[in-house]
Amino acid sequence: MTSPHDGAAPVLDARDVVKIYGHGETAVHALRGVSLEVHRGDYVAFMGASGSGKSTLMNILGCLDVPTTGSYLLDGTDVGELTQGQLAVLRNRKLGFVFQSFNLIPRMSALANVELPLAYGGVGASERRRRARAALRLVGLGERVGHEPNELSGGQQQRVAVARALVTAPALLLADEPTGNLDTASTAEVLAILDRLNAQGRTVVVITHETEVAAHAKRTLRLVDGRIVEDVRNAPVNGPPPGLAAAADATDPGPEPASGSGPAERGW
Amino acid sequence: MNRDIVRFALRGLSANKLRSGLTTLGILIGVAAVILLVAVGNGSSRQIQESIARLGSNTLTVRPSTTGGGGPGGAGPRGGFPGLAGGGQQQSSGPRIQAKDLTVDDAKALADKAAAPSVKSASPVVTAQSATAAYEGSSHAIAQFVGSGPAYFDATSNAVGTGSAFTQADVDQARKVVVIGQTVVDELFGTVRPVGKQIAVNGVPFTVVGVLKEKGSSGIQDSDDLAIAPLDAVRQSLTGFGGLDQIVVQATGPDATDGAEAEITQILNQRHGVGTGSTADFSVQNQASLQETASESSETFTVLLGAVAAISLLVGGIGITNIMLVTVTERTREIGIRKAIGAPRRAILGQFLAEAIVLSLVGGLSGVAVGVVGSQFTVLGVDPVIVPSSILLSLGVSVGIGLFFGGFPAGRAAGLRPIEALRHE
Repeated sequence: MTSPHDGAAPVLDARDVVKIYGHGETAVHALRGVSLEVHRGDYVAFMGASGSGKSTLMNILGCLDVPTTGSYLLDGTDVGELTQGQLAVLRNRKLGFVFQSFNLIPRMSALANVELPLAYGGVGASERRRRARAALRLVGLGERVGHEPNELSGGQQQRVAVARALVTAPALLLADEPTGNLDTASTAEVLAILDRLNAQGRTVVVITHETEVAAHAKRTLRLVDGRIVEDVRNAPVNGPPPGLAAAADATDPGPEPASGSGPAERGW
Repeated sequence: MNRDIVRFALRGLSANKLRSGLTTLGILIGVAAVILLVAVGNGSSRQIQESIARLGSNTLTVRPSTTGGGGPGGAGPRGGFPGLAGGGQQQSSGPRIQAKDLTVDDAKALADKAAAPSVKSASPVVTAQSATAAYEGSSHAIAQFVGSGPAYFDATSNAVGTGSAFTQADVDQARKVVVIGQTVVDELFGTVRPVGKQIAVNGVPFTVVGVLKEKGSSGIQDSDDLAIAPLDAVRQSLTGFGGLDQIVVQATGPDATDGAEAEITQILNQRHGVGTGSTADFSVQNQASLQETASESSETFTVLLGAVAAISLLVGGIGITNIMLVTVTERTREIGIRKAIGAPRRAILGQFLAEAIVLSLVGGLSGVAVGVVGSQFTVLGVDPVIVPSSILLSLGVSVGIGLFFGGFPAGRAAGLRPIEALRHE
C-alpha cells in the first residue's frame, strides 16, 4: 500500500512483529507475526476477542512494550533501537493515548491533566495553559477546566483524556477500548470527537471489540490468536471518516461539543 | 520543568495531609530532640563552668596538707591525678617532713611581685567553724565565716552590693567589721537595712559595713550564706591564732594560673624547707584545671545526649522511607500514566525525591523551630544554651536523610515499566 499523500514514511510500519511472554513450556505467543502499515490521516480499528493479542499490539504500537522479534517504525523511527529515555520522548511527542479506564491523574484539575504531557515535553507554562485550554475547548470542556476527575462524568473524563492525548499534536492517536466504560450517549460523544479529529487529518488507531465503534473507522483489521485475519477498507484514507459522512447525511446529533464551548472561553 | 516536578511533589504530599504530617512529625521530633538535648547538655556544661567560676576567677587555693603518708619515689611537683573534685591538687608522695602551718608571712611572700610575677594577690584565710550571728532576737548559724584581707573579695568573685568592703586599714587594726551575704541578711534583718547595724557573732559584736551581691546557690552549697571579716578580727574573736586554713591566690590572668602554681610551689617549698625526696606540707588547688576536668565530663554528657537524639532522627528517616514506599506502591498506576504520556525517568525520580526532601525539610525546619523555642524554657533545672552548629547539623542531616531514605523508593518508582505500572490496580 502506498501513501495517498506524498510518499512520506507511514506513521505506523510494523514488520512481522512477534511477542512471546514467558519461556519454554509456559510461553504465551501473544502475537505471531503481525505486519501492517498505517498512513497519515487514516482511521484504523483493530477488532478481536479478548486474548486475540490486541492489547499486546496496542502496547507495542504505543511504545510501552518492545516486540520479541520483528521491527516497528513509528513515524519513520525504528523503536527497537531506542533507549528508555528516548522512548519516553517518543511517547511524549508522537503518541497520544486514550485508555479504557480514562487514566486521568486524580486530584489534578482537568487543565492540569491536559497540561501534563506538555510539562514533560518542556513547554513553557503560559504556552502550555493556552494549548491545554484549546484542546479542552476542542472536546467541548472549555468550561470545566478547573474540575478534578472525580467531579466529572465518565464521558467527560474520557473527553479530558482525549484532550490530553491530542494536546501535543501527536503523529498518532492510540485509543484502547475508548468507549468500553461509557454509556451510549457518552460513547457517541467520544466517537464524534475522534471522527472530527480524523477529519482534521489526525491519524487514529482504535482498539475495540464493538462493531459500532469499528464502523467509524476507515479501515478495519481483525485479530485472531495473534494474527491479522481480515483487513477491510471502508473509506479512502484521505476522505472523511464514515461516521462523519453518515452524520452529515442523517443530521445525527453530531459533535455537539464544538458549539458547546462557551463564548467566555473563546478569548483564550 | 523542574518547577513542575516540585509542584507535582507538593500536590502529591497535600493529597495525603495526615500521612505527610505524621511523617514530618517523625523528623520534627528527631531534629528538635537533637537541638534541645545538645542545648541542655551545653547549658548544664555552662552551669558547671559558671559555678566553678563563682568560686573565683583565676584563683588557686593553697591548703596545709595533713594527708598522705611516706611512700617511695621522688616528689613530683605535679603528680596529681586530675579528678573532678581534686583537679590540679598536688598529691603527696615521699617521706614527710615536719609539717609547718601556713602563715600570714607565707601569704605575704606569695604576693611578692619579684618572686612571683604571675600572682596578683594572695589573701590569708581563716574560716570559723561554728559562727552564730544574732541581731535583735533573731539568730543564724553562718555557713562560712571567713577572715581575710580586702583582696579576698576580688579573688573569690565576691562583689559588694550595698555598703563597702573593709579596707587594709580595717585589717591592720583588726576592726570588728563584717560584710555579709544575702542569706545572712534575710535571716537576721528581714527588711531592715543591715549596713551600719551591729550583729553579735558568737557574742562578739561586729559592725556590718557591706552586703555582698547575690550569687545564687551552686548545687549543695549556698554561696550567699557567707560573712567576711578582717583576718585578725576573726582570729581574735573566733578562731584563735593558729595556722591559716588556706591562702587564696589570684593569678594575673587565665593563662597565668599554671605559672602561678609553679611559683607558689617553689616559694613555699623554699619557705617550708621542702626538698627533693620529701613531701610538701601544703597543696595547691588550681581552679583552671578543675574547670577543664568539669567541662570534659560535661562534654561527654552532651555527646551522649546528642547520640540519643540522633537515633530518633534516624528513626524519623526510616519513617520517610516507609511512607515513600507506601506512596510509590499506592501510586504505581499514576506513575504508569505519567510514563505513558512521556515522563522521563528523571522526572519521576525527581518528583518522588522532591516529596521525600520536602517532608524532611519541613520536618527539619519545624524541628528547628520547636527546638529553639523549647530551649527558651528551663529543662530539668538547666537553662539550655543552643549550639548553632547543632541546628545546621541536624537540618543538614534531615535533608540528607530525605535524599538518602527517599532515594530508594524514588528509584523504585522511576524504574517501573509503564506497561506493568498501568496494569496495576
